[in-house]
Amino acid sequence: MKRFTLSDKGFDLINTIFLLIILVLIVYPLIFVLSASISDPQAVSSGKMWLWPVDITFKGYERVFANDAIWLGYRNTIIYTIVGTAIHLFVLLPCAYALSRKELMAKKLILWFVLFTMLFNGGLIPTYLVVKSMGMLDTMWAIIIPNVVGAWSILVARAFFQQSIPDQLVEASKIDGASDFYIFIRMVLPLSLPIIAVMALFHAVNLWNQYFNALIYLSDRDKYPLQLILREILVVNQMQLNDPGGSAESLVDQVKTAGLIKYAVIIVSSLPLLLVYPFVQRFFVQGVLIGSIKE
Amino acid sequence: MKGVKNDISVPAQSKFDQVRKNFARNWQIYVFLLPAVAYFILLHYIPMYGVQIAFKNFFANLGIWGSPWVGFDHFERFFNSYYFWRLLKNTLILSAYQLILFPLPIILALSLHEVKNSIFKRWAQTLTYAPHFISVVVVVGMIVIFLDPTTGLVNRLILFFGGDPVNFLTSPGWFRHVFTWSGVWQTLGWGSIIYLAALSGVNPELHEAAKVDGASRLQRIFHINIPSILPTIVVLFILNIGSFMTVGFEKVLLMQNNLNAKTSDVIQTFVYQTGLLEGQYSFAAAIGLFDSAINIALLVLFNSVARKVSDNSLW
Repeated sequence: MKRFTLSDKGFDLINTIFLLIILVLIVYPLIFVLSASISDPQAVSSGKMWLWPVDITFKGYERVFANDAIWLGYRNTIIYTIVGTAIHLFVLLPCAYALSRKELMAKKLILWFVLFTMLFNGGLIPTYLVVKSMGMLDTMWAIIIPNVVGAWSILVARAFFQQSIPDQLVEASKIDGASDFYIFIRMVLPLSLPIIAVMALFHAVNLWNQYFNALIYLSDRDKYPLQLILREILVVNQMQLNDPGGSAESLVDQVKTAGLIKYAVIIVSSLPLLLVYPFVQRFFVQGVLIGSIKE
Repeated sequence: MKGVKNDISVPAQSKFDQVRKNFARNWQIYVFLLPAVAYFILLHYIPMYGVQIAFKNFFANLGIWGSPWVGFDHFERFFNSYYFWRLLKNTLILSAYQLILFPLPIILALSLHEVKNSIFKRWAQTLTYAPHFISVVVVVGMIVIFLDPTTGLVNRLILFFGGDPVNFLTSPGWFRHVFTWSGVWQTLGWGSIIYLAALSGVNPELHEAAKVDGASRLQRIFHINIPSILPTIVVLFILNIGSFMTVGFEKVLLMQNNLNAKTSDVIQTFVYQTGLLEGQYSFAAAIGLFDSAINIALLVLFNSVARKVSDNSLW
C-alpha cells in the first residue's frame, strides 16, 4: 500500500532544494548586512541595494573607526576575553584532570558538588549580592569571574583526560619520582592540546559575545565591553533617534549615517569570529561531541 | 579465596591510615581541585545560601543572616499580584513555542545526512553554523534593522506586495513569533551537530538490509535513522525541559519595550527589573526561586517519564 514511491534521484533533488532554501534563509541576512555596510545609505533604504553593494562607500567604517567608544569597547572586550579564557583554563584543566585520576578519594562527592550547580543555582539576585559584596562591581572581574567555568565543561574535559591519558604513563612517571605538578604540566597538557583548544574557543566566544554581566555589574563607561556599546548603537539608540530634537536638517543626515554605522558596526564586531570559526570548526564540533558522549 | 586479594598489598591498615597515606602520596592532586572548589563555593554555594533572602526582608546593613524572617510573604505578594498570571502565561507560552520547534534541527540533520556530495555537505554545515557565532546583541540589532517599519527589508517587501507596513517590534502580537523564529535562525545549524554525529553512528548494515527489502529512502529515514537517534533526541529533550522557564531572557530583555510588554514580560525579566533596577532584592529573589523550582520539578518529572517510557534518561 505505497501511496507514492520517490525514486532515489527524486529524493536527492527535493532534499537538495530543501537545503538550498534553508541556506538562503540563513545566509541572506548576513550578506545583506555586509553589502549594506559599504553601500550608499540612500540605495539601501530605497531598496535599490538588495544583494550586492551599490555605490560603494566606506563612510560607515570611517565613522566606526573614528568612534572612541567603539575602540575602547573593542580593547576592553579583547582584554576580558584573553584574561577570562586564561583564568577559565587555569580553573578548569587541573580540576578536570584531578577528577579523572583514579587515586582521588571522595571522587563521587566532588563530582556531585560540581554537578549540583548545574541543577540548582542561587539565581540572579543572590549572585549579584555576592559579586557586590566581594567588591567586584565595576571591575573587569565582574565580567570574568561569575561564569568562570561550568559543570558541563568540567565533565567534558574529564571525559577527555580519562580517554586519552594512559594510566600507565602517569604511574610509571610517579614511580620514577615525578611529582603530580610535573606530570600534569610536562606530560598531560602537551597531550591535551585538542581539549584545551576546544575549551578555550568555547569560552572565548561566550566572553566575546556576552553583554548581560557587563550590563548589571558595570557602570563606568570606560570599562564597557564592545557588546554594551553595540547595544547602545543597535538596540537602545533606535529609541533616541526617533525622539524629536535637534535641527531638522542635521537629524535627516544623522539618521542616514546612523543606518550606515549600524551595518558597519555589526560587521566590525562579528567579523573576527565569523572569519575564524570555519578554520577551527572541527574543534568546536569535537567539543559538542565529547560533551555528548557523557550522556 | 575471595577477599584475600586486598590483604596482600595492604596488610591490616585502618581507614584513617589509608586516607593519610593516599593524601601524603597524592596531595598535589587535591591542590589541583582548589581553584575550582573555591569558585563553586564562592559563586554558586554562597549564592545558594543567599537564596534565604527570599524568605526574609533583606537589609544591606544587616546582611543575609541578620535580616528578619518573613516566611512566605514575598511569594504570597507575587502570587496575588495582578501581573503574576500575565508573567506566568507569557513565560509558558514563549517556552512552549520554542519547544514545539525542537524537531527543526533534527530535520536539518536528517536532511544533511542524506547529502552525498561531501563538499556541498561541508559548505552547508559551515554556513548554517555561522549565526551561532553572532552575539545576541547583534542579532537583536539585525532584527531592529530588518523589521524597521519604514526602511526595513521585510516591510518594504510587504509594501511591494500591496500590504500595509507592520511595526513588528512594538506589537505584542508579533513579539513571540519574531523572538522564536530569530532564535531558530541563530541555533538551527548548531543544534543539528549532535544529531548528525548520532546519525553517523547508525549501523550501515541496517540500511543495506532495508535496501535489499526494497525500502525507499524516506522509509529508511523513518524506520532506521529516526529510531536510531531516538536516545539522543530524548536526552536533549529532557535537557531542554530543564531550562523550560529560562526562555533566553537576555534576548527578551533586549527586545522588550513598553509597547510589547504585554507579551514580552517574562518572569526572568521581571526579576531583573524588580531586583536590580528597583532594588527589591528579597521580592525578586523569591520570584527567581519560584522560577527555578518549576525548572527542577519539570526536569525531574520528564526524566522519570522518559525513564519509564523509553529507557533513556539523564539519570
